[in-house]
Amino acid sequence: MYKLQFDTNLCKNCPTVDCLVKCQYIDLDKDKAKEEILKISEGKDSFVLHDCVTCYGCEEYCKRGNHPFYLITERRQEKGMLTAPRAITKQWINIGEPRGKFKVGDIKKKILSFGFMPEFLQLVQGRLFDDVMPSYVFGQEFFCNVVYIHFANTLIIKGRLPKVLDNFRKLDVEEVVCMHDECYGAFASLAPAYGMEVPFKPIHYFEYLYNRLKELSNEIRPLNIKVAYQRPCSSRLSSDKHHFVADIMQLIGAELVDRKYQNENALCCGDMFGMLSGYDLRHDVQTRNIDDMVDNGAEYCFFNCPACQNTLSEKVAKRGIKPAHIIDLCRMAIGEKPEVEV
Amino acid sequence: MSDIGRTLATIVGENYVSDKKEEAYFYARDPGLMPDHKPDYVVLPKTTGEIQKIVKLANKEKIPIVPMGAGLALTGLVIPLKGGIVIDMKRMNKIVEVNERARYAIVEGGTSQGFLKAYLEKNYPRLRHSLPDAPPAATIAANVMIHGQGRLAQQYGFNSDMVSGLEVVLPSGEICHIGSSSMSSDWFSKGAPLPDLSGLFLGWFGATGIITKLALRLYPKKKMRDVDIFITDNENLVPDMIFEITHTEMAEDVLIFTQPLPMMFKDNHHVSYYITGDTDEEIEFKRKMLWKALERFIKSKDGGFMSVPPLMKPTLLEMPQRSASRLADVKKGGGFEYSGPIIMVEKYPECSRKLVELSGKYDLAYSGMVRIIGRGHCMMFGFAFTFNRADSDMMDRTRKALKEISNYVLKIGGVYWKPTVDEQHLAIERMDPNTRNLMKMIKDNLDPNRIMNPGNWEVN
Repeated sequence: MYKLQFDTNLCKNCPTVDCLVKCQYIDLDKDKAKEEILKISEGKDSFVLHDCVTCYGCEEYCKRGNHPFYLITERRQEKGMLTAPRAITKQWINIGEPRGKFKVGDIKKKILSFGFMPEFLQLVQGRLFDDVMPSYVFGQEFFCNVVYIHFANTLIIKGRLPKVLDNFRKLDVEEVVCMHDECYGAFASLAPAYGMEVPFKPIHYFEYLYNRLKELSNEIRPLNIKVAYQRPCSSRLSSDKHHFVADIMQLIGAELVDRKYQNENALCCGDMFGMLSGYDLRHDVQTRNIDDMVDNGAEYCFFNCPACQNTLSEKVAKRGIKPAHIIDLCRMAIGEKPEVEV
Repeated sequence: MSDIGRTLATIVGENYVSDKKEEAYFYARDPGLMPDHKPDYVVLPKTTGEIQKIVKLANKEKIPIVPMGAGLALTGLVIPLKGGIVIDMKRMNKIVEVNERARYAIVEGGTSQGFLKAYLEKNYPRLRHSLPDAPPAATIAANVMIHGQGRLAQQYGFNSDMVSGLEVVLPSGEICHIGSSSMSSDWFSKGAPLPDLSGLFLGWFGATGIITKLALRLYPKKKMRDVDIFITDNENLVPDMIFEITHTEMAEDVLIFTQPLPMMFKDNHHVSYYITGDTDEEIEFKRKMLWKALERFIKSKDGGFMSVPPLMKPTLLEMPQRSASRLADVKKGGGFEYSGPIIMVEKYPECSRKLVELSGKYDLAYSGMVRIIGRGHCMMFGFAFTFNRADSDMMDRTRKALKEISNYVLKIGGVYWKPTVDEQHLAIERMDPNTRNLMKMIKDNLDPNRIMNPGNWEVN
């Protein structure tokens, strides 16, 4: 079973301390990084616990099987540290509260899970999904709740996730295509690590898209466009699926521009930074990120997470780059015209 | 039809006078909770001259007259408490002049907010007026008569502060010009540098005269507009936040709302402010100043900027906002009323706590809706309740809650906005006796026969 283990010895012997050295938002050399991660693992205070912006990046930087971000989250929770203002935290906790307003489509053995992101109700259209739709779920009752690691609150996740799994169990489904990385991360790794039985096979929607595009390969007309990918924080929780971005772009004939802030070095959309810390960090990160897209000739900025898209669409558009969700790009490649303007 | 009716018909034309029951039914009430009272006649004049004749007739026959805009005040201000003639102003809806360089518009007394907004958008896209969040049919004259507030209240004060001239038919039937228009063809000031006589009419609910024309100041309309929402769970900090926001002088409108539903609004107080600009740079500069002004609250974890998704923005940026009408139907019965006292911003914490207390006591759905007036000089705190009109018990509980608010407001130093007749009595009782006497002297001199909107601002 997957474990959210944290072995201090692995850190003591780590030759790189990439978890913190590679952090895009805290500047640390290797020695200082090791000192701080050991402090954290031993339950001591560290400035990292105060300054971490919750980009989730360290989960991917660590190649030794430790889970630094979950450790930071647990330590912050133990110490009662708020990552965000109280009102923001309360708002997010309230938003995720089930309220009986969920939607369930024509459920089959394989379903799509939209979490409670209404954008997917619009995005998920066309032939890419016609072998599954309208088999879908949407609403807080099916929401993975993983977002609360941004707020150093795993108790909410541990409290709500079993009920969410029960709701899926009642549907008697075999496969759930997760339309968001956090959703996939929750069912593929977090729930098992918390000792919760997941009654279905979670599938990352990148994998689903890739396979569908292969099935529809005769219909693909290369887009011949240059694209930049806005990688979301949550994709760090399922970094083994990140390769599908390049795979899918190759299938649809879109060229990923070679830019500074990509793959491991991707920058966040900045929305959470505004809530957590105010103007400067958000503005700085967004400016550097979009400058990088422009400087490297991106014609499109494509998104995986609708929240990133909400945050950056207007900003990239004002710089002459067309915003689009990855689903829309795929639909364009098979000759469909997405309803969402791109 | 009676002699009076026939005389009115000769003044306005037969099609524009009625004593029929069906018309009387509608003109007997407003959308609020006040008891109805039927008029004897309803007239729709087209000109100032017709109004003069109606007023002279009423004076001669000692018939009450009630000038009426769209009748949307909710507090019964145009319910004809003593019957008589309701003068519906909606046919007097011409925009007489727009002076682009001096930024004012002269409009007739029945011109609606929506009509002026549309007219400016089409003909003067660089000008705007302070649009209240009332339905577009609300009239400009009635709005300044009740000291309404609009989208520019934080920058320029009450909408009545933006009046720059009046033409009024006095209770005697004479036409009187107020402000620069009394001695010039230019309507740039309602008073200064002359004695400001506009106070004889503004705020009197038509009890001292009928506004047949008014000039309203217009303001630069920027090309872009955006909104941010800063939230806190600590109501005690809201006045400090407002102080910081208004200090920047970067915001257009500043509103606060607090309500338990939908869930995303539960537990918090939401300070929403608007930013305008002609360029992205201007917007971003203002945003930066405002975010910086509130940074200390973020650092102390006492407040933060919520993410405003694109789906929510059109609702927030809409002018006028329809959210109040949506609130009106939360209980599925189309009932909505609020008490909106004008009060110091520092009273926000206790007002918001009182609102929650009363909603619990009377089991009512609520919303607190606040508009900042001036640079934090005061605010309108809307204690809003929604009810089902088919549920008499719920309506009664709403009345009781609003009555408690009436008493509470005076206790904490507030002043009623567009008060009901009962609240007017409470205000008059509480008033400095010399002020009360001055009001009486004004009323005695202007309207000795007590024909003008009787029941309102009566000092006995």
